[in-house]
Amino acid sequence: MDRSDSVLQELRGRVIEANAAKTPLRLRGAGTKDFYGEHCEGTLLDMRGYCGVVDYEPSELVITARCGTSLSEVDGLLARHQQFLAFEPPSFAADPTIGGIIACGLSGPRRSQAGGARDFVLGAVLLSADGQLLHFGGKVIKNVAGFDVARLLCGSLGILGAITEVSLKVMPLPRAEQTLRFEMTAAAALESFNRWACQPLPISASGWCNGQAWLRLSGAPSALHAARTRLGGELIDAALAEHWWRSLRDQTHVFFREASPLWRLSLPSTAAPLAGAGTQLIEWGGALRWCTGDAPAAELRALATAAGGSALQWRGGAAGQRFHPLSPTVLAIHRRLKERFDPHRIFNPGRLIADL
Amino acid sequence: MVQAEFDADEPRWSDAAEAPAAGRRLAVAEALRALLPADCVLSGDNELRPYECDGLSVFRQQPMLVVLPRTEAELRAVLVECSRLGVPVVARGAGTGLSGGAMPHASGVLLSLARFDRILEINAPARIARVQPGVRNLAVSEAAAAHGLFYAPDPSSQIACSIGGNVAENSGGVHCLKYGLTLHNVLGVRGCTIDGEPIELGGRTLDAPGLDLLALCVGSEGLLLIVTEVILKLLPKPELAQVVMASFDDVGKAGEAVAAIIAAGIIPSGLEMMDRKAAVAVEPFVHAGYDLSAAAILLAESDGTPDEVNEEVAAMERVLQAAGATAITVSRSEAERLRFWSGRKNAFPAAGRISPDYYCMDGTIPRKSLGQMLKAIEQMERKYGLQCMNVFHAGDGNLHPLILFDANCEGAWERADRFGADILELCVQLGGTITGEHGVGVEKLNSMCVQFSPAERAAFFAVKRAFDPPGLLNPGKAIPTLARCAEYGRMHVRQGRLAHPDLPRF
Repeated sequence: MDRSDSVLQELRGRVIEANAAKTPLRLRGAGTKDFYGEHCEGTLLDMRGYCGVVDYEPSELVITARCGTSLSEVDGLLARHQQFLAFEPPSFAADPTIGGIIACGLSGPRRSQAGGARDFVLGAVLLSADGQLLHFGGKVIKNVAGFDVARLLCGSLGILGAITEVSLKVMPLPRAEQTLRFEMTAAAALESFNRWACQPLPISASGWCNGQAWLRLSGAPSALHAARTRLGGELIDAALAEHWWRSLRDQTHVFFREASPLWRLSLPSTAAPLAGAGTQLIEWGGALRWCTGDAPAAELRALATAAGGSALQWRGGAAGQRFHPLSPTVLAIHRRLKERFDPHRIFNPGRLIADL
Repeated sequence: MVQAEFDADEPRWSDAAEAPAAGRRLAVAEALRALLPADCVLSGDNELRPYECDGLSVFRQQPMLVVLPRTEAELRAVLVECSRLGVPVVARGAGTGLSGGAMPHASGVLLSLARFDRILEINAPARIARVQPGVRNLAVSEAAAAHGLFYAPDPSSQIACSIGGNVAENSGGVHCLKYGLTLHNVLGVRGCTIDGEPIELGGRTLDAPGLDLLALCVGSEGLLLIVTEVILKLLPKPELAQVVMASFDDVGKAGEAVAAIIAAGIIPSGLEMMDRKAAVAVEPFVHAGYDLSAAAILLAESDGTPDEVNEEVAAMERVLQAAGATAITVSRSEAERLRFWSGRKNAFPAAGRISPDYYCMDGTIPRKSLGQMLKAIEQMERKYGLQCMNVFHAGDGNLHPLILFDANCEGAWERADRFGADILELCVQLGGTITGEHGVGVEKLNSMCVQFSPAERAAFFAVKRAFDPPGLLNPGKAIPTLARCAEYGRMHVRQGRLAHPDLPRF
């Protein structure tokens, strides 16, 4: 039995024990997203010890890693084969674990074009409340055997069990990238982002802040050249561009550093610019709007709902009310899933929904 | 314990052939006729017969009733009534499914969504189509074409299959290596739970609060909810697409060429493979100009701006050359590109032309195992005394071996069935899966026992119960019961112990 087996056995033991005693566990990787979601009480279960890349073959476009594997290790390995995680998981200025990345399900600037974390999950192993290791999905790109529980776990914040291993689809690194910048208002940026997205342009990220729209192009050099000719704008120095997109991904941008309270609105990309929502930063071609200011929570929720989206209180605000409320029918399904997967509520109780 | 909790979730209606009690059909028909226009409820034998099976016709079952609502209000009324009376409900789209997922239940209502056939909205600036589930897949791209947009998933049956069915099966197609499966192209669904409650999952946004129930519902084979509206993502149509067709004198080399293209950092918009038997079968049918002397043919498509396509096609030609291609042709026009594809897309009808019956498999394996799998299939052809032609979504490792047989020959279907099960077991052994895009349905229930442990299957039943507490939605499909797997396990052991297992016995 190698070291990782014994670590896994120890984790199983801790879960079985907690389940028998009905005492809650607080699952944690590197803790880079401790701020995310609701507060939850429980004995810390540190998942970092179960780590290491289990399987990676570049020509299969799939990597399988244990939950405690650090993002830097995965990124480094992929980069050596000119591949990467195309959903650009945020690291929030530290080094998160793969398990934490999937449990939180957050994605970076490439989300609107490449897809989000959930789109890249191919399989997962779940350590269930009774200490079993359940395999869902697999290591192949097309797989419809059984319900897609692996993707259900993505963004579940650990409330259904502990993710011990994940298989992710990886992509080849773009051959070239360029960033263009345009001086424009938020309204003009939203209009432009949506118009450009209707054309076959190699756009891989877009953002707007403080009177400037940023647009990243990725792909074959010839495609980038053609797009630049068509779009105009100011070509940004590669290092500065890299820094800017990273500052959005990891929220080191001055907007995020100063913003409190901070709201994350997930809206249709074509939703009108938000009036009266304070200072704003726009990502994902208009589909993600960050705003700060003192607008009351109820007002922002109503605004998001009316636009066909949702509002999440990212920082600040009242405990237990950070996430956008669910409809009663959807909430009932959440409740029944939790009851069946974790009847004694030992996994991250309350982290996603107050009383689950 | 969780296990004990899960066990209690095994469904009541798992036997689709369980006949209704005397007088039940009449009573349920009367109850539904009181709620719906007269032409919405079918109960006569002649009216029920066309619904006996889906695209996999070896599995047949006459439903107790067929119901064809027109509106969401009518659909809700049906579900409320079926819940109240405890009647199983099996949803059906276009009936083109290949795993018996829409095979009716003898004691149940077959709920046809054929009348939910409207495209409700094409929103070009938002790149969204909002459609009812009965809309045909191809109709979405046709409607979006005027705006320079298209809907990416394109199963081979796209002229007939419905979006609702695509959502139920998480359908793929020849372009999913680059553009993803149905899952990646559905932003939201609206539907009804078994008790008739409306429910919305996802929407017009890129994420939604709470657990990702949308991901769970795509590919759920009608076991969790009934979909009434789907919001689809539309993409800008690439300016140009070109196909490279390459011949190989050895299937193993063709498999390696697939891996080499990916390893070169290229994601073709389509990457398909056919063996000689498949090429020979389709060529007289479509006149695509396939190289019939080749052991395998690869089709690799590039799309994008003209410059981009030129670069990528040149790069692919270099890789294919280095991988030992014996001939390479690049499509020179849109008509030629479509002709190259037509053979691949018509492989199933072609199989129907050269054989009275065929049985299509759908396993997925890691790409690197393609050659090994093909050699194993050759051995199985001898073992079962049946021919098999092979078409693959090679880029995804998704196999569609077509086992040719004659159902009128004594025992031929049983041999084909065993042949198929052998292929699927090898898929699992190679680290793959028993179904890439056709679903489990009734067809692959036994193979699910091989791929998943009892605890994993119990978790699936738990998911079902969370959505459908009475267990009435498409019962007996997709997840095998413990009892069924136990029985399959016993049968397997018996067969494994037969003396001379390689002797043909059927």
